[in-house]
Parts: sequence; structure tokens; C-alpha cells
Amino acid sequence: MSGTFVGMPAFPEAAREAVADRTLRGNLRHATHTIRAKREKAVAEVSDWAELREAGRRIKDHTLRHLDRYLVQLEESVTAAGGTVHWAADAAEANRIVARLVAETGESEVVKVKSMATQEIGLNEALEAEGVRAYETDLAELIVQLGKDRPSHILVPAIHRNRGEIRDVFRREMGAWGRPAPEGLTDTPAELAEAARLHLREKFLRARVGISGANFMIAETGTLVVVESEGNGRMCLTLPETLISVVGIEKILPTWRDLEVFLQTLPRSSTAERMNPYTSMWTGTTDEDGPRAFHLVLLDNGRTDTLADEVGRQALRCIRCSACLNVCPVYERAGGHAYGSVYPGPIGAILSPQLRGTASGIDASLPYASSLCGACYEVCPVAIDIPEVLVRLRERVVEGGPVVRDGNRVVLRPAKGHAAERAAMRAARWAFARPGALRAGQRLASRTRRLHPRTLPGPGRAWSATRDLPAVPAEPFRDWWRRTRGGEEAE
Amino acid sequence: MSTRERILGRVRRALADVAPDDTPYERAVERAYAREHGRLDAVAAAGLLAGNLADYRARVHRCAEDGLPAVVGRLLAGRGARTVLVPDGLDPAWLADSDARRVPDLAASTPAELDRVDSVVTGCAVAIAETGTIVLDGGPGQGRRRITLVPDHHVCVVRVPDQVVTSVPLALERLDPTRPSTWISGPSATSDIELDRVEGVHGPRTLDVVLVGRPPGGGPR
Ligand code: SF4
Repeated sequence: MSGTFVGMPAFPEAAREAVADRTLRGNLRHATHTIRAKREKAVAEVSDWAELREAGRRIKDHTLRHLDRYLVQLEESVTAAGGTVHWAADAAEANRIVARLVAETGESEVVKVKSMATQEIGLNEALEAEGVRAYETDLAELIVQLGKDRPSHILVPAIHRNRGEIRDVFRREMGAWGRPAPEGLTDTPAELAEAARLHLREKFLRARVGISGANFMIAETGTLVVVESEGNGRMCLTLPETLISVVGIEKILPTWRDLEVFLQTLPRSSTAERMNPYTSMWTGTTDEDGPRAFHLVLLDNGRTDTLADEVGRQALRCIRCSACLNVCPVYERAGGHAYGSVYPGPIGAILSPQLRGTASGIDASLPYASSLCGACYEVCPVAIDIPEVLVRLRERVVEGGPVVRDGNRVVLRPAKGHAAERAAMRAARWAFARPGALRAGQRLASRTRRLHPRTLPGPGRAWSATRDLPAVPAEPFRDWWRRTRGGEEAE
Repeated sequence: MSTRERILGRVRRALADVAPDDTPYERAVERAYAREHGRLDAVAAAGLLAGNLADYRARVHRCAEDGLPAVVGRLLAGRGARTVLVPDGLDPAWLADSDARRVPDLAASTPAELDRVDSVVTGCAVAIAETGTIVLDGGPGQGRRRITLVPDHHVCVVRVPDQVVTSVPLALERLDPTRPSTWISGPSATSDIELDRVEGVHGPRTLDVVLVGRPPGGGPR
């Protein structure tokens, strides 16, 4: 996986910096607490939540189990509907394909809908190298792009910025990218949204190439679905003449009907709404309505490697709702950047090490960026047992074993004494040295997951039998408590 | 070997540990969830739709069939709309009480031209009460996707009870996947600033939904 944050320190170092940043912690705390309460309300409105969640899990598992068949079916459906399907084994290949498709249009700028897949492959940078400017059009992505920043949340990439910081970025940077921020812009959210509307409109109106991801692809019909709030998605999907969608191969659903599950669970889990403001569905191309050319780039980039692990493959069920980030006590304190990947939080801790492997310090340490409190599992609308996968990956880092990398079966050596293990150990110490982080995990979680942090269940048992998890170092904890508690209400 | 073959080969090897299973899809996934969350009669469904639309800041209006031109005329005049986009197949009677200049929905129009139009009036394909959603699928009176996006004011007419369903599953049953569709739940919004919902980003900032049907007394249509 490219598009990673090169030279990223391992999780504990990055987290330490974040925890010391009071503004950042305040912003994260405010945002995640707001959305948590709202999500609970949105979910409670639906009497059959448990059944929807179970159906979602089964649909995804079934799809993954027959993924080859559904990929072929999807390709046929999209092609029959007038689209063109491309296959990309890794980030470099996907970027090459997109760059070529853009070059064929003769355009030197594109508008983009927020998409995790294109962030994952570092598409903007790759296009830049080919002389093509990619404009992010999602408000949060715009804030990140203008601020030369990095995304820190799946759904709200600028969650680490408060309104005052956003106003400053707009005032300072918008002029260099196009229409400057209005005179006297204040930090009220409505004015900030208006500034983004004005700034981006001229780009939408002249755009000839749009680039998107997709939340779902329907094998049976060839339909793609993009779920959004602002309307920037609709702009990019309908105004340009050429549309290029880059989508991970795991985003398939077998049938049209399957949307009835995910269009109920996704909005309530992500923005805590009964329904998000806009959802676009399209099947190939339509005469005289929307783009004349549609290209679908199917992206592997580590997904088939992830599929090969019988425990870890459940991570591919993820619908990127971000509920697990919003409830995670470690994410709330460490922030998204500490995870060193476009996928932060609990899902990032299990996805990045599987997509990229655990060779680097950051990836080896990610499985430890958790207190195993289980809140992420409780809220996950496709029931991914994130703690189970974390434990599996910890065992993998420490004991080594067979894995699949780039389609080849290889045997990882145990990381003993290795830089990766040292990073991992520091991460474990970081998580366990923070009783606040442990305690803040939702109480409901402890009912289903009674975990004492000194022993690990499942595949990790072998590991914890021979090693003690690091004990809580008294001194650093007190330091941390003094540093972080002052001025903040106790939990 | 092509990348396509390579990826499909990797998928098959990755699944080598999984026992074969040829259960047809209809039986492979248990669907114990509800088709709708409580059966509602037409009046209650329209009430729920109106409540949920309003909750997400759409402006909801109700009238009988013969009152529709007056309501649409008032909404356009209230915005000071001098021009209104009119999709193919829209009942001309709906606009009888408006003197805004009609702009037809044409393939040849540029986005910049659409941006200069004040309002758009459309019908819809189906509306979902439980979520406060209207769905447009480009059918008669709905137009190209972009016409309900670029202008800043959208008036959408929903026929009650024919076009109202209670739930997402029932709405999907009515829709044709081969037609491009747009699901709209309130005006454009964002949660990107401190995870708080703010209305009004790129889509129409004002969404008027007119529920048109039998008079409240319940007489024949
Ligand atoms: S892992 Fe589950 S909760 Fe987390 S983003 Fe994915 S689907 Fe949502």
C-alpha cells in the first residue's frame, strides 16, 4: 500500500505527540462524544438492528467466499451497461491506469469525490507527477488539501481541526487554489460551508473528468453506489464527461436487494442519520444524462492477501462507516495521524498491517494500538470482531508464521529483538499505561468481552502463556496523568 | 498473464481453505430483519414522511391536487424565482400559477447555464417515510440528474399515497436498477465541521417538498 505516511514513527511515538497536543485532543473529544450519543439514538430507532447487522455480516461473508465469481459477474454487468472495467493489482498499477485515462481526455485537472481507495493508493500525488491537478471537493478533504495536512478520520478527515483552525486555513490558502475566501469570513460552520460552496463551484462547472470511489457495487446489475452528504459527490458523478471510479474488490454486493440492508445500517452508523442527504446510483452510462464515458478500476492492493487469512479476512467486510473510530478510547486520545495510514482507528489497526504487511515499525505496532475493550466490535454494523483480529496480528508479529504477500505464500520470521517488535512492545506499553483509555471504553463492551489485559483469548493464548504483557510503568503514567488531566473534567 | 487473471487466481488461492458451498444465494443469507418497521396506513405514512423530511430541514407543504398550482406558484414567487427548470413530462398545470420563465431541461445546456437558473420543479419516483427520503430516477417529470443539483432551490412534488412507501426495502422493490437514481434526504448538508450537521453546501440549499393528495377530509381524488 503506498500513500502511506513515509517515515512514519511507530504508533507509540506518534501517539505521544498527539496526546500532548491539547487542542487536538479537545477537538477529537468534542467530535467523537457528539457523534457517539447521536449514533446510539439513530440505531435505537430501528427495532431490528441486530438482524440487519447479522444479515450485513452474512451478505459480506458470502460475497467474499465467492469473490471470484462475483467479480466476473460485476465485470460483465458493468460492461454490458456501457462501462469499461480495468483491473489493478497494486497502487502503482491503479495510478498508471487512472493517469492514462485522464491523459486520453487531454485534461490537466480533475475533480474528486472523497474516496478511501484513492487516498490509499496516493492517487493525487501520482497525478501531480503527471502534471494533473486533482481537486478534492469534500469539505473535510478540502480542508486537509488546503492545509497541506493529512486525513485523520475515515468519514471526517479534518476531524482534528476545529472551526477556528478551518477558518484560518480557508483565509490563508483558498486564494492559491482558486476563488479566495470571502472577506471577513468568520468561524461559524454555516459561513465556512458557504465559503467552500463558492470556492468549489467554479471547479465543478468547468470539470470534464471526475474521479470517485464507491460504497457498493452490485454484481447482478453493475450498479455503483456513492453515499454522501454535501452534493459534491453528485457534482463529480454527473457533471463531467468522463467518470473514473477506483474501487476495492471487496466492495461488491451480489444483488440489488442487498442495498436494503446497508442503506439502513451505513447512514445510522456513520453520520448517525436516518439517511444521508444524497445517495447516487448509476449503472454504466445513460444516454444524455451524466458522463458519456465510465471507467471502473478494480483494486486489489493487498486485499487478496488479506482474504487468505481465515481470521483476518473479516476486515474486508468493512463498509467504512467509522463508528469504531468514534467509540475507541485509544483513537480519541491518540488521534488519527498516529496510525500512520489513511485507515486510522480500530479498523486501521487491523486493515493496514494486513494490506501492507508488518515489516515496518508502524505496521508492526498497529495491532497494539488498542486496549481490546471491544467497543469497536459492539458498534460495527457488519460485526467485525476487531479484537479477535488484533490478537491474531499480535501473534503474527511476535511468533511469525505463514502469510500471503503479493499473492505469494511466505513465512514470516518471529520479530524477536527486531525493530518491529520493539515498536510493538512500546505500543503495548502505551495502551496499557493508560487506564483512562481502558476505562473509557463503552461499558456495554465489557459484558461480551471480559478480557483481562494480562491474558489473551483465542490464537493469542500461546503468546500470552509465554510472555507477560508489559506491566504498567508507574512513573510515565503519573507524568501523563498530570500532563493531560489539568483543566479537563474527570471521566 | 493479465492482471485480471492474476487477481482472480489470488482470490481462488486465498479461498482454498474454505469448504465448497453451492447454496443458492436466495437461501445463503438469512434475512430476519423487517421489511418495514410497523405497518402504517396512508395517512400515517404521509405524516411520518412529512415529519422526517422536516427533521432534516426540508420544507414540507401539503395540498390537494387542485391546490398544487397555487402552492408551487407561491413557493417560486417566495424565492423571487425569475427562471425555473422544467423537466420533460412535467404536468404543465403544476406551473400554471407561476410567471417564472420556463427553462427546458436540455442535454445541450452547460452546467454554467444551469447555474444561472433560480429554481427547479420535479416529481419523484418514490418517497420513503421512515427515512424522510425522496428518490428521483429520471422518469417523466424528473429530468436529468444534474437539474436537481445545480440550481439552489428544488421543489419536489410527491403524490400521496401512491408514491409513498414506509421503508427502504419497499422503495428498492419499486426502483429499476438500470436507471440512474438520486436519493435525497433533506437539503445538502455536511458533518465535516466538528461532526455537527450544517445544512447547505453544494446541492440546493432549499428543498421544498409538496405532498399532494386527497384533501385532509379524505374525499375521492
Ligand atoms: S470496522 Fe466496522 S465499525 Fe469500523 S469502519 Fe468498518 S464497518 Fe464501520
